[in-house]
Amino acid sequence: MTIAKPGPTPVPLTEPFWAAARRGELLLQRCRSCGHHQHYPRMLCTRCWCRELDWVPSAGKGRVWTFTVVHRPGHPAWSDDVPYALAIVELDEGPRLLTNVVGLDPADVTVGLPVVARFTEHGDSTIVQFGPEYS
Amino acid sequence: MSLRGAAAVVGAAETPPRRTTPGMTTLDMIASTAALAVADAGMEPAEIDGLLVGPQVGETPQHVPATVAEYLGLAPTYADLVDLGGATGAGMVWRAAAAIAAGMCDTALCVLGNVRTDVVPRSSNRNPIREFDVPYGGSGANQAYAMVATRHCAEFGTTPEQLALVPVFERDNARLNPDAVFHGKPITVDDVLASPLVVSPLRLLEVVMPCGGGAAVVVTSPARARRAPHRPVWLRGAGEKVTHRALSQAPELTTSPLAAAIGDAYAMASAGPDDLDLLSLYDCYSIMLAVTLEDAGLCKKGEVGPWLADQDFSHTGNLPCNPHGGQLACGQADLAGGMAHVVEAVRQLRGTAGERQVRDPGLALVTGNGATMSEEVALVLEAAA
Ligand SMILES: [Zn+2]
Repeated sequence: MTIAKPGPTPVPLTEPFWAAARRGELLLQRCRSCGHHQHYPRMLCTRCWCRELDWVPSAGKGRVWTFTVVHRPGHPAWSDDVPYALAIVELDEGPRLLTNVVGLDPADVTVGLPVVARFTEHGDSTIVQFGPEYS
Repeated sequence: MSLRGAAAVVGAAETPPRRTTPGMTTLDMIASTAALAVADAGMEPAEIDGLLVGPQVGETPQHVPATVAEYLGLAPTYADLVDLGGATGAGMVWRAAAAIAAGMCDTALCVLGNVRTDVVPRSSNRNPIREFDVPYGGSGANQAYAMVATRHCAEFGTTPEQLALVPVFERDNARLNPDAVFHGKPITVDDVLASPLVVSPLRLLEVVMPCGGGAAVVVTSPARARRAPHRPVWLRGAGEKVTHRALSQAPELTTSPLAAAIGDAYAMASAGPDDLDLLSLYDCYSIMLAVTLEDAGLCKKGEVGPWLADQDFSHTGNLPCNPHGGQLACGQADLAGGMAHVVEAVRQLRGTAGERQVRDPGLALVTGNGATMSEEVALVLEAAA
């Protein structure tokens, strides 16, 4: 029996993020008061606590801040996927997000690698993974 | 107001970590460990008027202090839940001292315990980590600490061979701790590097082994401490810092929030790294202990890799660190694993550590670390004059 991979669990506040991912768009929140970009979406700006936040599209470009190649996953649903690259990507706009680096051998992932967003179907949802900039 | 000298630890006990704990409930484990600590303090249960417990996922999700108080037949005037992951034990000690200094209790029992079977239930989180990390195969703590290690290696040239020295010295220290799960099982750097890759660059022997067990301390007022059977161990400094939960939200990767917590503990204690006779440092992974050694100012940031090989961390060495073997050699009884670092420091500072006793230690640094290098506590503890 295969175990289903758990997908995103949107709440009303985060639903626009996942809806945009389905359209192939990576959205960030930008504070109307101080201009701070943030991810994941929240009720207020983590810098100034302003509650006026706009959804803005990210260029989807960034660099690998750090990564690991997973050989023994923390969740059994990923058992057949090893080895896979789990990474934290720092977007050019500033926010960081946990993601996968795909489209190259996990052994070739490095800290600082330039990457671009890729949108991948994941059950009923779309998740935001990253791949090498020129591929 | 400072907590320096506000209270002392007069009792400490452990139910040593074991891979499984057949037939026990969490309350059983907490109660048996609590009884050992109170007996060690030479006290009657009726003297306990403060109670600090940790969260217990599943068995008692709410009302934990009342449930534990009732089970133990206690009626505390101060009852609290501390939820700081691996920093919970150290976090309890300063909170107990603060409650005592504020007059809310005179003697506080700080107790943590867990049970373990071979079947570990998955957590039912509904939070940002569940929504934004789990769908990428980012469950659990291993991957987060691996990403800390990757960054340290990339930024400073730290190597897997250097990090492997951490479990090697801890297994070596555990030769003198018969309670350690890996007592009498020394390993070499080659053994570490030959063990299976779990999450690059971390290998199996650099990852703590989950266990069941318990650990507890009794913290009391200066007046009561002077009548205790063991030499009191004084709280001289404390610091705490909490910055994030998910690693993607960490302000940085190669400096832990412990750097700030340790700095605050040193300031309260009017002490620094050169004054320490003993280190009891949280070590869920090789990289955590390595980063902590830097954050404590024992070596320069980024230089821990080459520095490690020049240290003798044994109980007779230049820098005794985790003489009991730490969690990497003893096993990690969930939150009690962090409290075990407090227990070891207390045993050492009052001179009851047996075969592995460090010679006349005066000051010890104890650290606790929770989640993904997220919630951090540092204590400076002092032997009674
Ligand atoms: Zn703002």
